[in-house]
Parts: sequence; C-alpha cells; structure tokens
Amino acid sequence: MTTTPTPGQAAGPLVDDDVPAEPRKLTRLEKRAIATKGRLSSPWASGIAIIIAILWTIPSVGLLVTSFRPELDIRNSGWWTVFGGIFSGEAEFTADNYNEVLYGNSSNLSATFVNSFVITIPAVIIPITLALLAAYAFAWIQFRGREFLFVAVFALQVVPLQVALVPLLSDYVDWGINGSFWTVWLSHSIFALPLAIFLLHNFMKDIPPSLVEAARVDGAGHVKIFFRVLFPLLVPAIASFGIFQFLWVWNDLLVGLTFTSPAYRPMTVAVAELAGSRGGDWHLLTAGAFVAMIVPLIVFIALQRYFVRGMLAGAVKG
Amino acid sequence: MSWLLEPSGVGEKFLVMFVAILLFVAVMSLILFVVDRPKRIPNWVVALGFVGLPLAFLLYGLVRPALITLWNSFFNRNSTEFVGVDNYVTAFTQPQFQKVLLVTAAWVILAPLLSTVIGLVYAVLVDRTRFEKLAKALVFIPMAISMVGASIIWGFVYEFRPDQAGIQQIGLLNQLLVWLGFPPQQFLIGQPWNTGFLIVVMIWIQTGFAMTVLSAAIKAIPDDIVEAARLDGLHGMQMFRFITVPSIRPALVVVLTTIAMATLKAFDIVRTMTGGQFGTQVVANEFYTQAFRQNNQGLAAALAVVLFILVIPIIVYNVGQMRKAEDIR
Repeated sequence: MTTTPTPGQAAGPLVDDDVPAEPRKLTRLEKRAIATKGRLSSPWASGIAIIIAILWTIPSVGLLVTSFRPELDIRNSGWWTVFGGIFSGEAEFTADNYNEVLYGNSSNLSATFVNSFVITIPAVIIPITLALLAAYAFAWIQFRGREFLFVAVFALQVVPLQVALVPLLSDYVDWGINGSFWTVWLSHSIFALPLAIFLLHNFMKDIPPSLVEAARVDGAGHVKIFFRVLFPLLVPAIASFGIFQFLWVWNDLLVGLTFTSPAYRPMTVAVAELAGSRGGDWHLLTAGAFVAMIVPLIVFIALQRYFVRGMLAGAVKG
Repeated sequence: MSWLLEPSGVGEKFLVMFVAILLFVAVMSLILFVVDRPKRIPNWVVALGFVGLPLAFLLYGLVRPALITLWNSFFNRNSTEFVGVDNYVTAFTQPQFQKVLLVTAAWVILAPLLSTVIGLVYAVLVDRTRFEKLAKALVFIPMAISMVGASIIWGFVYEFRPDQAGIQQIGLLNQLLVWLGFPPQQFLIGQPWNTGFLIVVMIWIQTGFAMTVLSAAIKAIPDDIVEAARLDGLHGMQMFRFITVPSIRPALVVVLTTIAMATLKAFDIVRTMTGGQFGTQVVANEFYTQAFRQNNQGLAAALAVVLFILVIPIIVYNVGQMRKAEDIR
C-alpha cells in the first residue's frame, strides 16, 4: 500500500484482518467478544475444535517428519516413533531423501522445479492483465451487449477443462507447438479468464463512480483512467487473484499432463508419476511431495490475507 | 529459433519465458495505443480494444472446443462415423460406466456437504476465541497443497502392511487400528469404502475454504439480531439453529455449489491414489482414460458433455444469485 491514499482506499483494512471488516466493525466485534466471553467454556465444544485441528494437521506433520528419516527407518517403523527416539537419542534424521529426489536418476525433480516456475509466472501475468482490461470494459465502458457478454463470460465457468483438451491439443499439434511451454501458457491463460474477469469486475465495481467521473471530466481517456486512476486502487485485488492463480497453476495436474512433453512437465506431473511408479517408496514420495508443496505454502502463508479477500469477493458476492 | 520451442537448460527456459512476457506486453501496448490515439472514436472501438483479446481467447479456447466436443460425442471412437447417441447410451447403460456415474454422484454429494458442515461447526467453535487465528490457519493450509500432494499425504496415512509378526504398521490409521486391537485394513482397495477414503482427502482440502467464507458470514450477522435472540432466551444450539444458520444461508449455498463444482471436475486425487482401480473411477478421470489411453474420442467426448451438463444447473443458479446481488447493489 505505497500508493497515495484516496477515497477508494477506505477499503484500507485490506492488510488489517482476514475478514473485510470496516473500522467501526472492530469495536462492535470487541463488544460482542466481551458479551460472549466464556462461550467456549463447554468442554465438548473445545474438544471438538481441538480434534478437528489435530485431524487437519497430523497428516502433513507425518509427511514432513517422514521425509527427513533414513529410508530403512521409514520401512521399518512409523514416523511417530521418532518422538520417543528423540529422547533416547536413537532418532536419526537425514537430507538424503531430498538429495535423491531432487538430483537422483529416478526422479530428478530439480529440473521440473524450474519448469514449474517457467510455466507459472507467465500463466499468472497474462490472464490477469487480460482479465483486468476486460473487467474494466465491463465495469466502466458503455457499449451494446455489455450485460449479455458479461453474464456469458461468467457462465463459461460451466465448461469443464476436460471438454477443451482434445480440440486444443489437436490444434497445437497442427501448429507444431505441441509439448512446448507456449501451449501451457496459452491454455492456462484461457482457462483462467472467466473467473478472473468475474472477480476483478467485482473489485472494480466497488470503486466509487465519482472517482472515474472526475477523471473523465478532466479529459482523461479510458486508457489513462485505467492506468492512472483504477490500477493503483486495484493492487490489493490483483494481488489476491494473483495468489489464487499462482496456486492454481502451480498445483495443476490436468493441463500440465496433457500439453507438456516430458522435458517441460511441471512438478505436479513428475510427483504424480513418482506416486504411480514407485508407490511404496515413501522416502522418495514424502520428500517429493514436500518439495512440490514448499513454494505454494510459502506464497500462501506470506500472503494469506490477500488470498482470503479474493476468495470472499468471489464467494460471498457470487 | 528452435530454442523458442525447445529450450534446453535453465537459462534458455527462463529466456523463453521473458520473451513470451515481452511479446505479450508489446501486443497489449500496441492495442491500447491504437484505441487511445484518435480524439473522437466510437465507444465500441475502445471497448473492443479492452475486451477483444480476452473474448477471442475465450471463443477460441472454450466455446469452440466445447462445440467440437459436443459434435464429436455423436461420432465413433476415431470420429469417422456418425453413431448418434450411442456413446451416451453406452455411458448410461453399461454397468462399468454406471458405476462411474454412481461414484461421481457420491463425490459430488458427500464432499461439499461434509466440508461445509465441518467448516461451519469449526468456524462457530473457534469464533472469537483467543486462538482463532492459529486455529483457522491450521485448517486453511491444506488449500495451498496440490491435490497430488494431498493424495500422497493421505496415501501415507492409509499405508498398509500385512499383519505379520515383526512387521510394524507405518500408516497412522492402520497403527491406530492395531493399537485398538483390530487387524489392519487395505483402505484403498476394499469397495465401496475406498471411495469414502478418497473423498476424505477432498474434504480435507476444501473445509478450509468453507470455514473461511462461513466465518466471514457469521461475523457479518448484525448485533441487534443476536441481542434480540438472546433476550428471547436462545442459547447454544438453538442460537445456532435459528439465528446463525438462517442468517448465513446465501453463503452456505455459495460454498456448497463452489465445492461441488470443484469436486465434479477434479480427478487428481483418484488418479494419484488408485488410478481409478478398485471401483473408484469418476467421470473426470474416466474421460482422461478414454481420450488418451483407450483412444475412444467419441465416448470421451460424451463423458465430457455429461460433466458439462452436470455443472450447468450449478452455474445457472449462481448467475441468478449474481443478478440478485447486482440488483441490490
């Protein structure tokens, strides 16, 4: 939030909480918090909450612990035994699994790690730019058929990706670009558009019309209004959808599996293949899964509150 | 120029990436420059400059393929002979595919319902407690994990070792069974429960989404309503049943439909964990099998269209809701 403050930025608490709360709401919440103090006094309620929290955390903890254990230990005993082993000094930890899964002959995930980045970055930038322009047109330019087109774009979410795969693939083969990065970028850009246009349009509509009017009276054209007036205000929205798209592309299996040749496949495909061909090799699988998870987890945890805002804009307004 | 299509090495890959981005920026700048240049241009030209490329992408990449697929679904396996609705008849009458439809139905009903219920209960329970932030983060984090990653995580929880002397279970769930005195189970093989164990993975991923949206909706319930209900003597479960749930009904519906849509199209979990074996196949994965393994384009297209038809009611409902929201605005 380094831009100059404007009325539109009264949506300031963007960085404040994971809930789109207006300032006055906070005091209200506090009041309510006091009123409902001791709400969790029921041991049943706290018990259920703790059980759910544990059920949601334990599986990942098991994966993380296992990925650092020697192969032989993984085969012979459960990961929970290390907690006893820590006290007796018998527990062993190693980075061998990561070494093998990243650079070993059988998987060599490090190359696909690079591919995932090369695939993801344009597949985030391109659809967001396109969607921003389209959302702007749908929100602030008067033209015939605008309403209809907007609903049509939104409704295109109805098309499952599966429907588009085969026709697109046969085109790519005809053009001779099949299996390269270009097909993945193009496909991801297309598939992201309906949701991206819809969400960014919601954010655009929240900007006070008076702001746009004022700029127009000053003689600014649409391009100028878009870049000078709206763009700075939309940075949080762009961030939130950017994270969403980043997670979606990075975690995608279907598009990567269909359109890339083996040299350019993303990490999800490689890890899924590892699971298929070496289903019992938990020392490789756990380390591989964790390598594939680490980037989205960092992005997600660091930028959680932006992501949540984007999600709420899509869900609650939809 | 072969490196543009077949870059080798990290350097060339990133170079291609920058070329692609620069190319895109150049094209967009040109378009915007052209529509912004003349002083008096009709509005629709400007609009075309803004929405033209996105719409062209959508027409080319979604609308046209959807129509082609619909067309192909009336042809035989290599699209040479018109067979009418034969593919659909196959999909709906052969026991093998009926089973796939049944399993898909189980997914679409169970995953959204259970995620929403668990997410709602959890949101209410941790609402305004001291640990709210941490508690929410714990349940929310699986959202960032790919379905492939989640499948491996849960595959490890379900891991089975034969029940013999000297062999320890390394899957947590089977170890729990052994500790409780039961024999270990092959969770991913025994029908029909294996589908249930796969659905658990989806629920694990989606509950965080449900929880976050519903929690925001709960916080938005007006204070006076809560106060009035309390004065009327409502407490605990009654409050939940008569005030909380009705107040957040729109959010509930949105969460249910969103998760249902995601579930219907997703195939990663089934593919990674069982490959569709042991009676766990779903439509989305059967499509992939028919299109790329069996090379039966006609049947694959029909399955994709079935998927398409199943999503339509969900989207129609959402468009209706959106219209309503627009009116309020």
